[in-house]
Amino acid sequence: MKVNRRRFLFTTALVGGGVLIGYSATRPSKHRQANTELAGNGEHYVTSFLKIDANNEVTVYVPHSEMGQGVHTSLPMMAADELDADWELVNVEQAPAIDLFANSHLVKGFAGEFGVPSFLMGLVSVSAVKVAEIMNLQVTGGSSSVRYTGEFAMRTAGAAARQMLIQCAASRWGVEADECTTQLSHVLHNASGRSIAYGDLATDAALLEPPENPLLKIPSQYTIMGKAISRVDIPAKVNGSAQYGLDAQPEGLLYAAIRFAPVFGTKLISVDAAAALNRRGVERVVELEDSVAVVADSYWRAKEALKLVTAVFETSSNDTTSSAEIFAGFDRELADSNGSKAFEIGDAESALEAAADVIEAQYRVPYLAHAAMEPMNCTVYIHDNKVDVWTSTQDALGIKARVASIAGVAEDGATFHHSYLGGSFGRRLPFNWNVIDHATLIAREFDVPVKTVLSREDDMQQDYYRPAVASNFKAGFDANNNVLAWHNRFTGPIQTPGASHIPYGIANKSIRVVDGDTHVPIAAWRSVDHSQQTFFTESFVDEIAHRVGKNPYQLRMELLQQHPRHRKVLEVAAEAAGYGQDLATGHALGIAVQESFGSIVAEIAEVSIGDDNEAIVHKVTCAIDCGFAVNPDTVEAQVESGIIFGLTAALYGEITIETGQVAQNNFRDYEMVRMATAPEIDVHIVESGEALGGLGEPATPPIAAAVTNAIYILTGQRVRELPIKNHDLSRTNPVAQV
Amino acid sequence: MATFKVNGIEQNLDIEPEMPLLWAIRDELGMTGTKFGCGIASCGACTVHVNGRAVRSCVTPVSTVEGQNITTIEGLAAVATGANLSAPDLSAVQQAWIDHQVPQCGYCQSGMIMAVSSLLAANPNPTDAEINSNITNVCRCGTYPRVRKAIRSLAIA
Repeated sequence: MKVNRRRFLFTTALVGGGVLIGYSATRPSKHRQANTELAGNGEHYVTSFLKIDANNEVTVYVPHSEMGQGVHTSLPMMAADELDADWELVNVEQAPAIDLFANSHLVKGFAGEFGVPSFLMGLVSVSAVKVAEIMNLQVTGGSSSVRYTGEFAMRTAGAAARQMLIQCAASRWGVEADECTTQLSHVLHNASGRSIAYGDLATDAALLEPPENPLLKIPSQYTIMGKAISRVDIPAKVNGSAQYGLDAQPEGLLYAAIRFAPVFGTKLISVDAAAALNRRGVERVVELEDSVAVVADSYWRAKEALKLVTAVFETSSNDTTSSAEIFAGFDRELADSNGSKAFEIGDAESALEAAADVIEAQYRVPYLAHAAMEPMNCTVYIHDNKVDVWTSTQDALGIKARVASIAGVAEDGATFHHSYLGGSFGRRLPFNWNVIDHATLIAREFDVPVKTVLSREDDMQQDYYRPAVASNFKAGFDANNNVLAWHNRFTGPIQTPGASHIPYGIANKSIRVVDGDTHVPIAAWRSVDHSQQTFFTESFVDEIAHRVGKNPYQLRMELLQQHPRHRKVLEVAAEAAGYGQDLATGHALGIAVQESFGSIVAEIAEVSIGDDNEAIVHKVTCAIDCGFAVNPDTVEAQVESGIIFGLTAALYGEITIETGQVAQNNFRDYEMVRMATAPEIDVHIVESGEALGGLGEPATPPIAAAVTNAIYILTGQRVRELPIKNHDLSRTNPVAQV
Repeated sequence: MATFKVNGIEQNLDIEPEMPLLWAIRDELGMTGTKFGCGIASCGACTVHVNGRAVRSCVTPVSTVEGQNITTIEGLAAVATGANLSAPDLSAVQQAWIDHQVPQCGYCQSGMIMAVSSLLAANPNPTDAEINSNITNVCRCGTYPRVRKAIRSLAIA
């Protein structure tokens, strides 16, 4: 389906005209709030999310950020389907960053899963259920938009509005509501052949109280969900018109380039900026607590002038810290502490003592940067007791409040200007605030807008990183090669509860976490700790399979008797990948499976070893059970994306600490998968009909182990430390296929 | 004074000769379709055409493009189709990008489209190896499989 007209809009306020119809099941008071706070002259808001115009066009307000995951399309699809709207008449707008579009469903959804993830934790000081009532969240993250906001808010909004429109038509025609049906943005009365457009009913419908529990469709009734619908954001992304945070150009704009304290947590002591101040275009040098910025009339001039600034930062006890020391500290902690419980069943310690045989393995992964393509940036304009902010963020409401607070402006004087996000992967979540805070502090010195931009080097060296983790395993076997015990100790923190758990039917499991704190700032990174933990657990399960002489697929299937959805995705992936059949000479298949964010994903990597003893990933076959695919093409795209993101990390990803600071500074030493190294990807969607699963993240975790498990078969080398590029993969000791 | 044409329009800019073309385009001309990604010609997000050839504008001083014809993503369709600049038409590459739903976050795609357009103009039917060696742009969203499919769809059979 082609998009033939512009149907997406960013706004900072709701556009007048038409009638806003929508519904939030948990907070029916929202429509009253909308009437009080937002309604213009003569406008009626039933609640939020949906607006119907007299010309029969429907506008869906999406409260989440679009960063390529397709949420500006899939959420409107869900609302429009339940509304029985004509998709050709549906427009999409980014919901303004106002409380009306706050998203309690995110926290509520997570509360039902494993608890609130750490990237929201700081916002949550009371129980999650309570939070669902009071939080003003507008966060995009946790692969949550479709399965929570879409499922709980968008569908309900569409269904409620449809029911209200039917009620209006029925009373206008003097017939019963249940004699009426809906189709393509019209209410129909089949008995009399009458039909009326939604646009002609909307004003009346807005006066009705929304139903408490509108009836949702069953999948066989879907007309829009389940179809591969073209994304509404793509046309603007092929002609240069898509606007990102970095593209903000308010009148009178100045630009700031910034140098941070290279060692995290240290402060600025002194600055000599004389030479910089003489440069063309330079307006001022601003000293902040941990950084110095040059503000000029172009970013390039600011950046060039910054090179001439001499800045002295304080020394710190971390000035000599290295990655080697950090891992040595992890090893000490793992040796000295039994940690705290992540998951325990049976008595793994006793089972290991009684075991006929025990294997042990130590795994490690390094810190990783997010390295979103759009370098971090934020534009702030403080004026007349107001503040305007432009930035690419996963948390518009939170950023608005944060900037207002630092700017010394009341929150209702703050305006957030939405844009697309040039990638994020967790970097633009709450608490990763270094650019936002600095941009606001710099802008406080000016009465014009100032855009603070991180260079790629700043972006890579002042990130909030995926944590480095060390994880030690033991497995015990009886004399018949049955697995008796799974024993795992790893360095924390736990960011996503459950990531280290395994689905395998082993009677005794002891999984515990020890302190992994360092001076390096950390944050969620696409799939959060699933990306590290799945590498560890799916590698060690593979070690177990080879130890007991079983085919890795077969062993998994045997240990997954209680998990039919896991078995199904493994079966589908294995069948599609030709597992067990003849491969090209020198190729091997590695397998991994993981459940994360409500979706279950099996990946099979076809790998060979190249002339330089490097791993070549030819093809990845993936089966994903996400319950139901709202937009199947987006599902495939997110799986492709998640695999390549995880593959970059597995093959190349490594942020190391030397003298307390990050050693890498750009794509030349933080290498990426590119066209030449990107595998063919074959995606199979398994629709189990279970609750909707997430899609932005779940394809990332399995890929590292899938590749290293294949490398083991090819070389006999068990890669227990990422990235793979650090290993010389000579084919000295290939493993006979089992 | 730096003088060059951008999308057919002559620009005279009072800027330093060493200013990279990227920043002249973005901050001086206010055209934001061309993106800043790395500043060291590694990622290709800043790719524009100089006389039809793909160039990474973040390391291209304006002094080296004096009098040259620059095409940015905003002008690609007009140049490719010979249409009026204000025409909303898409080039074949841009249309293929929509047909194959290539972009995700989209930030790298201006550069990707410019690089592919340049490749296909010189070599309408590239082999996989030629695609790999010519299209070295970074896409963090990992749209590479779709980029390859879109290129294939444009290749002359």
